[in-house]
Amino acid sequence: MAAAVELDGVNVTFGDFIAVRDANLTIEAGEFFSFLGPSGCGKTTLLRTISGFIEPTRGTVRIGGADMSGIGPNRRPTALIFQNLALFPMMTVAENIGYGLRVRGVPRHERDEKVKNLLIQVALAEHGHKKVSELSGGQKQRVAIARALAVEPKVLLLDEPLSALDLKLRQHMRAELRAIQKRVGITFIYITHDQGEALTMSDRIAVMNAGVIEQVGNGRSVYAEPRTPFVASFVGENNQIRGRVTAVENGLATLDTPLGALVGRNPVGLSAGEEALLFVRPEALSLVPTGTPNGSTVGFDGEAVDVAYEGSVTHVTLRVRTGQKITATLGGGVLPASGETLHIGFRPQDGLLLARPASR
Amino acid sequence: MGATGGLTLVFGLPLAVALFFFALSAYERRMGLATGPGFFQRNGLAVGLYLVLAVGFWVFFVIVLPQFSMVDMSFRPKLPPSQMGGPKDVFTLENYRYFLFGSTTSTASWNWIHLKAFALTIGVSIAITLFNFALCYPIAFHMAQSAGAARLRILLLLMIIPYWVNEILRAFAFRVLLSSGGIINKLLLGAGLVAEPIDFLGADIGLYMGLSYAYLLMMVFPLYSAIESLDRNQIEAARDLGAPWWHIHLFVVMPHAKPGIASGCTLVFMLCAGALAAPLVLAGPRTLWFTPIVYDRFYQAFNWPQGAAYAFILLVTCIVFVLMVLKMFRLSLGEITR
Amino acid sequence: MKSGPLQRVAFAVYVAIFFLYLLGPLAVMGVSAFNTPQYPQVWPIEGVTLDWFSQLFADEDLMDGLVTSLWIGLLVVAISVPVGLAGAIVMTQIQPRVRSAYYLVVVSPVLTPGIIIGISTVVFWREFTTLTGMKFLYDGIILTVIGQSSFISAYCMLIILARLQRFDQAQQEAALDLGATYPQVFRHILLPFLQPALFSAAVLAFLSSFENYNTTTFAILSDKTLTTVLAGRVRQGSTPAISALAVIIVAATLVGAVAYELWKRRADAAAGRRLRAAQMAEESELAGNAAIEPAAA
Repeated sequence: MAAAVELDGVNVTFGDFIAVRDANLTIEAGEFFSFLGPSGCGKTTLLRTISGFIEPTRGTVRIGGADMSGIGPNRRPTALIFQNLALFPMMTVAENIGYGLRVRGVPRHERDEKVKNLLIQVALAEHGHKKVSELSGGQKQRVAIARALAVEPKVLLLDEPLSALDLKLRQHMRAELRAIQKRVGITFIYITHDQGEALTMSDRIAVMNAGVIEQVGNGRSVYAEPRTPFVASFVGENNQIRGRVTAVENGLATLDTPLGALVGRNPVGLSAGEEALLFVRPEALSLVPTGTPNGSTVGFDGEAVDVAYEGSVTHVTLRVRTGQKITATLGGGVLPASGETLHIGFRPQDGLLLARPASR
Repeated sequence: MGATGGLTLVFGLPLAVALFFFALSAYERRMGLATGPGFFQRNGLAVGLYLVLAVGFWVFFVIVLPQFSMVDMSFRPKLPPSQMGGPKDVFTLENYRYFLFGSTTSTASWNWIHLKAFALTIGVSIAITLFNFALCYPIAFHMAQSAGAARLRILLLLMIIPYWVNEILRAFAFRVLLSSGGIINKLLLGAGLVAEPIDFLGADIGLYMGLSYAYLLMMVFPLYSAIESLDRNQIEAARDLGAPWWHIHLFVVMPHAKPGIASGCTLVFMLCAGALAAPLVLAGPRTLWFTPIVYDRFYQAFNWPQGAAYAFILLVTCIVFVLMVLKMFRLSLGEITR
Repeated sequence: MKSGPLQRVAFAVYVAIFFLYLLGPLAVMGVSAFNTPQYPQVWPIEGVTLDWFSQLFADEDLMDGLVTSLWIGLLVVAISVPVGLAGAIVMTQIQPRVRSAYYLVVVSPVLTPGIIIGISTVVFWREFTTLTGMKFLYDGIILTVIGQSSFISAYCMLIILARLQRFDQAQQEAALDLGATYPQVFRHILLPFLQPALFSAAVLAFLSSFENYNTTTFAILSDKTLTTVLAGRVRQGSTPAISALAVIIVAATLVGAVAYELWKRRADAAAGRRLRAAQMAEESELAGNAAIEPAAA
């Protein structure tokens, strides 16, 4: 079976601005795939390139193995769910859902039958005759999904469709979207700047920054094994310390930093003398009173400047010698007091060393 | 217009503009300034053709070329049809000379009647514009800012009814009102204020009132919509700061309503200066107004080139007025034609 | 606005004067339509009559003019609305660097005195039809329709453009994405969206054409419309039959305005009902997820 979507050296430029740079990617059939990145990173451009609203400046988009160059959005086997949903206000719910079938010339009775089934599937059976303006946010969401599914696309593209919803409803819709995807079994490509959404729903995630796909992997790998400083700092909270590599051994490396020598994993194979960044997750840090021996960790001292108790966890902000702020998240135990000086430690395997970008 | 020259222009101009757009879009595409589907791709062939043909016909055959040929004619002598395009059909200023001196050849004496009529038309039109602004501003402000929804609907309804009564009937209403046997003179006579009926129409009062009346609503509606968009809190804030009412209007409301004021003023001026119905119906025998003179050039004197010249003079005056208003209010054309 | 009693009285007097000025002349004319004297007279009322109305309908020139005016109005609507629509769509698509020049050209008729539009139309079409030998086009009704369309198309364009600027481009893209062709998008999405503006434009176009005098009087040549016949009658002398015509026009406008008001109230009420329904759905959705659980697949 051919891959659902293949991007082969896709570049999109607007005048001098490079929106997408050299995207190479294969999205498998039946996958729930997310593009995660801050606004302006090119993820929406990439989505519009896949759906056919933008032709790539260079490179090829293949869907189901077929080259899509020169094929307009109305002739691609994709369906897009817009950020604002773009439901047609002058049509009823049923007419909205049946629109794709209508323009395909599907006979009326067949169309009605199919719309009825879809309405049942998205729990809107009673609402087919209503105007879109009579529906709630969540109902509109489901009309948009049904409208897109009606044309039986190979790939469903979703452009941050949950961003307009209330928080509670948004969490509910995540589960529902995932359930729909499992049920219909087609490829979902989901665009979001919300890492929570990407991590909970996706089989795989592509993290994008400044037009470049920085890393592709499942949720666990982009969170636990980031390959670039951007991914490390964008996906989840992270503390970042600059330094220079002094020694390399057994997959670990020692970094000379203004806070002293620190050790972390070295997955990208840095060698001695290279500039590097050390990343440590707040939840990997342990705080102990200064002077307490703690053999398994490396660390440095810092003064607690803010202690935010959130019930199950507590966020402690500490200021270290260089003036930099370090965040630690504690699960329980003894909470430090504001103003207290503490030893901040972590196990070397929780530290992660990545090459520092040349100039930023 | 020479036969071949004329036709070259009529068909050449649209063609040249079409080529220009073709070249422009090709250039923008090559420079990467334009992306996405092209015009026909975006609209489809049928809709695209409809857009091009409809707009092309309108712009060239209804707007630009007629104006052009009117201007062209104004620089040509009056000739019988058989000699048009012949050796005698040459560029001339004689029609404009006639406006100034009352003769196509001599410059000995000024054409006082036409010049006075022209000056009077412009002067009175400006005066009526100012008068209408003063009269309409308070009601427009009231409708836009302080009237409740129900009252607003009634006020708008009361205004829409006279709006669609045509100019001739409006002028006629003033004739009924002001003629020597009209209700006003009857009232004045009955009250013993005058011994003889006043000749309002002969004294041009009827004409001026009729013009002001005819274009009253052209002032109200732009003012109303411009003031309506002003946030009521701004006025409240100014009041809280202790600004007196005139200060609020002069420095808060009017600057905001600038586009509406400019739009209303331009419309009223243009309509007054170009009014034909009111002068025909309300003018006394000695009344001077420019548009009837233009009309007579065409359909009394049958001197079309002269009429075209007079029309062009009026057009230029209106353009100058619009430009002056725009300059004075520091606005662009787009802001006043909303 | 808070104001003292004196200010309120002064303002009330001003409003009264304003509407007396606006409506008084029409009212006076209206009364004279029912009074018996030959010359339009309000006072004294010598006898109430409807003769002037019957005289009006017996005036063949006026009735012919009326029919011509109605035809011209319909033709102007048939031209101006599609042209205005095209003009507005082109405005949104034309290259930004030529947009202001285009705007200047298409809006200029609105700011050009009507007589100049009439004159230039006649001058151009006389020469054009002579040069091309298409003399049949040099016809009063055709020229009037063209001349009026010049600025009425611009009115229509401005009305349609105002709505078009609120069009959500995503609607068009959504339809395309669902497989619609460009003409289908135009028919199914854009036109229904613009429909209220198209309707307003059509009404405005018809009324503007019907009441137009300045452009018409030049362009109509030897034909006659209601306004040109009317102008002739008024110049010949005053008769209450003309007042009667004004009464009919005012009555027709009033009926139209009230009908529109009622229609709008109903539309507003329907929109309000839909909004309340949406709010209720929203509340029940947030109250518990039971209502939004999709049926088991």
